[in-house]
Amino acid sequence: MLNAFPTTLVVFYAFAALLIASAFMVILSRHPVQSALYLVLAFFASAALWIMMQAEFLGLILILVYVGAVMTLFLFVVMTIPMHTIPIDKTRLLYIGYGSLVLVLFLGVMAKIIHPLNHIVFQLNNFQAPGISGATAIGESLYTTYVFPFEIAGFLLLVAIIAAISLSWKTDRRKIINDVSAQVNVKAKDRLKIVKMKAEKPQQDSTEPVQHD
Amino acid sequence: MISLSAFLWISSLLFAIGIAGMIINRHNLVVLLMCIELLLLSVNTNFVAFSHYLNNIDGKIFVFFILAVAAAETAVGLAILMVLYRQRGTIEIDKMDVLNG
Repeated sequence: MLNAFPTTLVVFYAFAALLIASAFMVILSRHPVQSALYLVLAFFASAALWIMMQAEFLGLILILVYVGAVMTLFLFVVMTIPMHTIPIDKTRLLYIGYGSLVLVLFLGVMAKIIHPLNHIVFQLNNFQAPGISGATAIGESLYTTYVFPFEIAGFLLLVAIIAAISLSWKTDRRKIINDVSAQVNVKAKDRLKIVKMKAEKPQQDSTEPVQHD
Repeated sequence: MISLSAFLWISSLLFAIGIAGMIINRHNLVVLLMCIELLLLSVNTNFVAFSHYLNNIDGKIFVFFILAVAAAETAVGLAILMVLYRQRGTIEIDKMDVLNG
């Protein structure tokens, strides 16, 4: 029976397990390159989960923007800066102990919040009209109601570009730039130094026999 | 059909992993930035889940803006990290104690 097989549940649990496992590997792996690659895997699994929730546009944007741009930036930085494998010593085990304590505490608090939601049944219907894709619905809302925040987001990206370039610009490289105002404003005494001194006779060569009168 | 609380469990587990990663990885600033990405991913998953189950598109719009801000944050953070490495020669967080009196 094809209908009896719970395809949706199997896909959901497979991608959820992949997401959680790769997230654990991000924080526990011993080299930052491995962490970055596991984070890419986590983004892919998360995009699959979003697509299951009918957010296919956002899932593809997540893959394009994060895996394509942000993680590439991470990998560039990781490979520019020399890094070594983190040793598993006493300090690291201590930190792992603290981290798992915080994880358990946080999950306990979240259980208190999420558990009552188990009994609430949300009505599931597709809120989009049948002929409209998710991207169209997002675009219609984004360019009408949220057009001003959209422009602010664009300006924020411009500011981030300027900040990133001006921060990472090397200032100690050899520049050949004419400072025109310094050239115009220069005075003669900055360039030329006049030293007063007495006139000197030309020095006689010491090898020559000196004539005494 | 999958319930809302299943997605909420996954995103809260992801958030907890991100916080735990911030505590564990005191050795490396890059992994710390990756943990921030994990936190943002879990928040975005929450937004998408509520947007889907409450029939409201505003959550997805908010995810869009979070993605833009997170991209800007990562770019500036990594630029600061490069400057830090150029000046100090290390990116270990334990060694950043110049302001420690």
